[in-house]
Amino acid sequence: MNLFSAFGSYLILLNKTFTRPEKGKVFWQRLLFECNAIGVESLGIVAIISLFIGAVSTINTAYQLVSNLVQKSIIGAIVSDTTILEFSPTIASLVLAGKVGSNIATELGGMRVSEQIDAMEVMGVNSAGFLILPKITASLFVIPCLIIISMGLSIFGGWFIGGVTGAVSPTEFMSGARGTFRTYTFVFAMIKTFTFSFIISSVSAYQGYYAGGSAIEVGRASTRAVVYSSVLILFSDYLLAQLLLD
Amino acid sequence: MIEITGIKKKFGEKEVLKGIDGVFQSGKMNMIIGGSGSGKTVLMKCIVGLLTPEHGHVMYDGRNFHHLKYQQKTKLRQEIGMLFQYSALFDSMTVEENVAFPLKMFTTKSKREISDRVNFCLDRVNLVDVNTKYPDEISGGMRKRVGIARAISLNPKYLFCDEPNSGLDPITAGVIDKLIKEITEEFGTTTVLNTHDMNSVLEHGDNILFLYNGLKEWEGAPDDIKAANNKRLNEFIYANDFIKDMFLNDKGDKKE
Ligand SMILES: Nc1ncnc2c1ncn2[C@@H]1O[C@H](COP(=O)(O)OP(=O)(O)OP(=O)(O)O)[C@@H](O)[C@H]1O
Ligand SMILES: [Mg+2]
Repeated sequence: MNLFSAFGSYLILLNKTFTRPEKGKVFWQRLLFECNAIGVESLGIVAIISLFIGAVSTINTAYQLVSNLVQKSIIGAIVSDTTILEFSPTIASLVLAGKVGSNIATELGGMRVSEQIDAMEVMGVNSAGFLILPKITASLFVIPCLIIISMGLSIFGGWFIGGVTGAVSPTEFMSGARGTFRTYTFVFAMIKTFTFSFIISSVSAYQGYYAGGSAIEVGRASTRAVVYSSVLILFSDYLLAQLLLD
Repeated sequence: MIEITGIKKKFGEKEVLKGIDGVFQSGKMNMIIGGSGSGKTVLMKCIVGLLTPEHGHVMYDGRNFHHLKYQQKTKLRQEIGMLFQYSALFDSMTVEENVAFPLKMFTTKSKREISDRVNFCLDRVNLVDVNTKYPDEISGGMRKRVGIARAISLNPKYLFCDEPNSGLDPITAGVIDKLIKEITEEFGTTTVLNTHDMNSVLEHGDNILFLYNGLKEWEGAPDDIKAANNKRLNEFIYANDFIKDMFLNDKGDKKE
């Protein structure tokens, strides 16, 4: 399938997904379920990578700034700024593309090859609306929450390790971090995060929903989901930076 | 009543259906027979609209399925119940939730009414004490019966069963056949059934359509099979020696 027809069928699937759900109550139940599956179950991994990102970037920054001419608080400024601007939204989203994306693709792909999606369609249920809409909506809601948590934990990790290793004292770190905080940076990070959340959930859903006929194909669909959403995340990261940070 | 005319379907270069006509009457057991790979499942999926044939019409009591608008299709589909060859149960839901699914989606019934209906349907397919089990915790034959219970939960006007009794022990197979027949006659359901099982064809079939090589090779009632002078049909039917003997005995030209 060439790129254009793939993009076409992706749009058709989105169109099918975003029709009004037949049963509001059923939709809410699915949404809560997906929020839990996507959000709560990713909390652990997001927490771990965030703490390490913060810690490592504090050590790296301290190592690079060996001069006595600069104040130590600049380390706090750099770590918190890059965390909010880039590390948390992008790295955490890439990790989530691996976890959430492959999950979504495998689940939908499995339903496709075992004809569960066909079974829904025969009954007259809009399978895309029923299965995919709650996933995308939940992603748009919980992934940004995860990223905000990630920002906090990452800065905490940097602050903590700075103090433990003596690279930068906790007070200096915090004064640097506070001094550099700009609301626009945070808003921009959130715009990125929403974009990434949509990419992860919709691209993976597309791959799973149209998975071919066998278990091997489901595996391939899941791999494609991760690869394509990761590449698209990086690509749109660049595009948004170009558009909104100039 | 369902009428199909000139159904053609191919996958790539491979022509699976080469123009099939047929009429499936309501209140009757309409059976589609044919060898493995002859296109029974593909034909059924064309009729219910899971596959779009390149050519041909499918009429549900005068409604041309492939010309209906999305909304009308959705309405019509709520009148269709289908049992898939491999059951296609929702594996994230319990048995009970599987059967309740169409009811939850399309009716305004209360929890209590839904649960009554679910138990009624499960009871009809002789399933007890499995309500809270998941599909991977029950046997293949039980899954099939859950599939039937799900298909009949909305009291469908049109019932499609893709090999309802393959993989079942003879007793359960008999029970399932009887059940489908009862439902068909009781509610005047238009039932279309794919099968390999000659016993069920001869015992319960009303109208039989024999597929061979992408075409309708023969059509008629079970009683006509004996008299049919169709080599391929005979080969298919008499593949089983026991049935052959039974038939030839019936005809009077006993070998012995
Ligand atoms: N999605 C598909 N893509 C390509 N070929 C297909 C597809 N579905 C079915 N076929 C082909 O169509 C032919 C008919 O398949 P079908 O499943 O209808 O057979 P069947 O009569 O139901 O057989 P069985 O009794 O074993 O279930 C087979 O040769 C199969 O390879
Ligand atoms: Mg089949």
